[in-house]
Amino acid sequence: MKITQISVFLENKEGRLHDAVKTLSDKGINIRTLTIAESKDFGVLRIIVDRPEEAKEALVAHGFVARITEIVAVEVDDRPGGLARLLQVLQEHRINIEYMYAFTEKRADKGIMVFRFDDADAAIAALKSHSIGVVGQKDVVNL
Amino acid sequence: MIFNKEIECLDVEALAQLQSERLCRLVDDFNQKSPVYRQKLQDAGVASGDIRTIKDIRKLPFTIKEDLRDNYPFGIFSAPMKDVREIHVSSGTTGNPTVVGYTQEDIDLWADVIARSLCCAGAMPGDMIQIAYGYGLFTGGLGLHYGSLRLGLTVIPCSSGQTKRQLKIMQDFKPRILACTPSYALYMAEAAREAGMDPRETSLQIGIFGAEPWSVAMRREIEKSWGISAIDIYGLSEIIGPGVACECGHKDGLHIYSDVFYPEVIDPVTHKPVDPGQRGELVITSLTKIGMPLLRYRTRDIVTINHETCACGRTSPRISKVLGRTDDMIVVRGINVFPTQIEEVLLKIEGTQPHYQIIVSREKGLDVLEVLVELQESFFSDEVKRLQEFEVRVAKEIEAVLSIGVKVRLVEPKTIERSEGKAKRIIDKRSL
Repeated sequence: MKITQISVFLENKEGRLHDAVKTLSDKGINIRTLTIAESKDFGVLRIIVDRPEEAKEALVAHGFVARITEIVAVEVDDRPGGLARLLQVLQEHRINIEYMYAFTEKRADKGIMVFRFDDADAAIAALKSHSIGVVGQKDVVNL
Repeated sequence: MIFNKEIECLDVEALAQLQSERLCRLVDDFNQKSPVYRQKLQDAGVASGDIRTIKDIRKLPFTIKEDLRDNYPFGIFSAPMKDVREIHVSSGTTGNPTVVGYTQEDIDLWADVIARSLCCAGAMPGDMIQIAYGYGLFTGGLGLHYGSLRLGLTVIPCSSGQTKRQLKIMQDFKPRILACTPSYALYMAEAAREAGMDPRETSLQIGIFGAEPWSVAMRREIEKSWGISAIDIYGLSEIIGPGVACECGHKDGLHIYSDVFYPEVIDPVTHKPVDPGQRGELVITSLTKIGMPLLRYRTRDIVTINHETCACGRTSPRISKVLGRTDDMIVVRGINVFPTQIEEVLLKIEGTQPHYQIIVSREKGLDVLEVLVELQESFFSDEVKRLQEFEVRVAKEIEAVLSIGVKVRLVEPKTIERSEGKAKRIIDKRSL
């Protein structure tokens, strides 16, 4: 139930984000959601796209350093306390979150957040044991 | 195989005797044929008869690069121009270029010492060599060419550049030996991989690399990339070009052909000889050249010297790889920094190829050292903190070697300038 994220190294230079995004658009690859983590001199662009393998290939061909990371997409109730409940489950199971970000689209009354866990398999098992929905690659792409 | 066994394995005392005879003759020749040296010897107060053995060499004056430039173009030649058969020129950053002249005897000597070097590296008559040093005014291409012919190799005179074509020729002709600069060897390996070629699958078995300093760690990188034995050859155009010294298969120092190129290693400031094993500036006297012999030429290369006989049987002393340059060396906060020190650290850390650049600047009166390192997929992480940890780790290891703080910055691949000749490793932005 893990989904595929592309992580791309970007130097803190004018136009690099545009170059990366343009590389994908030229291939007709659609970005479903993204986030950027930054330090003083560089950033790491994290994207979820409809055709991840192709996306990585295109980026590498254009001189970017890119790698595929497995992450977990989780349904979160879109109401006060929805995220808190989810995080409590993770805490109880002592699962560490490296980073997280959200999809802009919703499924019915649920938002979708993506998590990078230190142990994705343990996280998935914990979430399922509490009947929290984990979203697969196809569902994420077809949102 | 040892090309000139009689000379290369000569008993140490007999070698000193030969060097003494040659030095005496050289000083006599200078007095007769070279107005520049006649004056220099006079200024140093050296009278005929003062020089009896090779040990007396310390009484003689040094020659520096400026002596060549001040006598541009041909003033330092000992031979009349009609006897000079070939001229080479090395570019200088300021003023006149350095001009060197060879008589036919000098070209024969050059071929001989390169043939010795090729044998040191493991070449055998009948082997094919791809020479990817520049041909022309630079000594690399033609020097290797003459020596290869002398030994009886099949020469592919590719010269430098046109990397794709070089790779095709390599694939189709199947040379056993490649000769070029070490940075170009790495550049070629990268270009080969990009073209879908596995450099380890080529016919190459031996690489002879020189014309720029390179570390032991860079050797490992080249050997791994190409699946070859990488041999360091040393030389400088003022002395003859490549072929002054070369490693043998034991790779425990470079055999300097001291019967013709007499080495001293001195403290660059006090001019006193340093002890064997200690770093110092290499000074060379070309004992037998006719066109442009030089007396105690200050190479500005930092080496150590080892006088013990090598396991290969050659008796000539061995110099270390070039550990730095007296003039390329940068002084940062009073500490001598050589690019090779930083290169060693980068290569020690798994997965790092030596694509780096050192930037020295001055902020509020304080020297700041920054090292740019090209990121590679093998150590890329989606987590920023891991990348920062990597930067810190490299910085700490460099600090442990240099004892000064550095900032390490990861940059995207291929953003540091690659050269097909010499690598530009240092950018000094300080206005000193």
